[in-house]
Amino acid sequence: MTTMANTQIREDLDIGVQPRTIDMAWTELRDLNSTLQAQTGGEWVIENPRGAHALAVGLQAPLEVTIKGSTGYYCAGMNKEARVHVTGSVGPGVAENMISGSVTVEGDASQYAGATGHGGLLVIKGNASSRCGISMKGIDIVVHGNIGHMSAFMAQSGNLVVLGDAGDALGDSLYEARLFVRGKVKSLGADCIEKEMRPEHLEILADLLKRAGADADPSEFRRYGSARKLYNFHVDHAGDY
Amino acid sequence: MCGIVGLFLKKDDLRPQLGDLLTDMLISMTDRGPDSAGIAIYGDDAQGLKMTIQSDTPDETFAGLEDSLKALLGAPVQVRVVDTHAVLTLPEGSEPEVRAYMAEKGIRIMGAGQSMEIFKEVGLPKDVAARFGIRQMGGSHGIGHTRMATESAVTTLGAHPFSTDGDQCLVHNGSLSNHNRVRRELARKGFVPQTQNDTEVAACYISSRLAEGANLGEALEGTLDDLDGFFTFVVGTRNGFGVVRDPIACKPAVMAETDSYVAFGSEYRAFANLPGIEDARIWEPEPATVYFWER
Repeated sequence: MTTMANTQIREDLDIGVQPRTIDMAWTELRDLNSTLQAQTGGEWVIENPRGAHALAVGLQAPLEVTIKGSTGYYCAGMNKEARVHVTGSVGPGVAENMISGSVTVEGDASQYAGATGHGGLLVIKGNASSRCGISMKGIDIVVHGNIGHMSAFMAQSGNLVVLGDAGDALGDSLYEARLFVRGKVKSLGADCIEKEMRPEHLEILADLLKRAGADADPSEFRRYGSARKLYNFHVDHAGDY
Repeated sequence: MCGIVGLFLKKDDLRPQLGDLLTDMLISMTDRGPDSAGIAIYGDDAQGLKMTIQSDTPDETFAGLEDSLKALLGAPVQVRVVDTHAVLTLPEGSEPEVRAYMAEKGIRIMGAGQSMEIFKEVGLPKDVAARFGIRQMGGSHGIGHTRMATESAVTTLGAHPFSTDGDQCLVHNGSLSNHNRVRRELARKGFVPQTQNDTEVAACYISSRLAEGANLGEALEGTLDDLDGFFTFVVGTRNGFGVVRDPIACKPAVMAETDSYVAFGSEYRAFANLPGIEDARIWEPEPATVYFWER
């Protein structure tokens, strides 16, 4: 395997051709990531991902990155400002701990998509599997298909929108994240309840659906949130501590 | 961790390439299991019984074995030595006698059946595959495993796949917590695991259920009720290929299907070299859901 040195990629940049293409068939992962992390913008195409892990992670500027194919673990993790688009499916931990920007996946996502994300928008056009949005802290996640069990576990803030069905124990031990599901919910987790859909929620939902390219009527969704019985300090229990 | 790969051909066109494709899949899972590797491959049916045996001292152990077995059975026997393993072709009905002979000589039996051969050793997947010439092997389906040991020692017998009955094999990613109790129950039914390994108990469990008349789907369904712990199992039989994940499903799994094959991988990387993968249907098997194919 030959390595494409960062300097060579940077020389290509000077030509100013957009988008620039990086072929993972002959590029080392660290060269890819350090090159992308050094950019202030531009359009990038990553070819031959072949299920590799940690592609396009730690980006810190408004790049437009297209990954042509399917990826492994932790694709586009810790993203800030960049817009990453994956044409295939992604492995576990896509867009983990995203700060801002957006990550769009045309196919399916494996476990814990968008886990611990602080901001930005994650769109899964297919299905997401278990633990989607676990411990989310402000990220918005829109899944066009279904999500698996234990999704939004301990989710603290942000919005999880699901056009399909949700698996077992949705929103277990939930804090203040909002969950919107159009299909069936197999079961709700501890302290997660259905809540009234008020106009402000319909407004949030309509905006998210629009930004996620989802053709769905906000009125068809149900909203779920925290019953706030599990995590609040209750003054009546002061003597128990 | 541990890595699992599996390939079940629905058509015969890829048969000559089965070993080649499986080798690439196995090597791609090296990061998940660099301790040891193994593969079960279902090739052409033998005239009689196929048995794969293993010895740490193959030069001494396998020298003269053919003559000894011929004398023991009074019938023609073939011995094909492949590194530390040998594949025997034996007359039908000779299995109990041969098993007793192997036990007496301290020779390990990897598996037996009509079409299955099993090769497993300690070492990196690429080295294990090269030692046994897996790339050159053809067949209808095969299952491979790369091991990162957790529950028992890094030894040849601790490597996967495990075979506990004719043409059956099982590989596992995870760890079982109730294997000692299940081991005792299985022993009462006559299915006695050879090792202290948790995975072998699961293989014995499947064998016992199949022996009781369950089909592959029913046997796999039973693991969800009777086995406790983390597991993704991939199971092979002479004409079948099955997958099941525990209800928590934290061990990764991805599947791909085309008109030509069904493939299993712990990660998508395992599929990168498969023909037509760009147009395959790719999905993650659901928790607590049995998938199986038979031809």
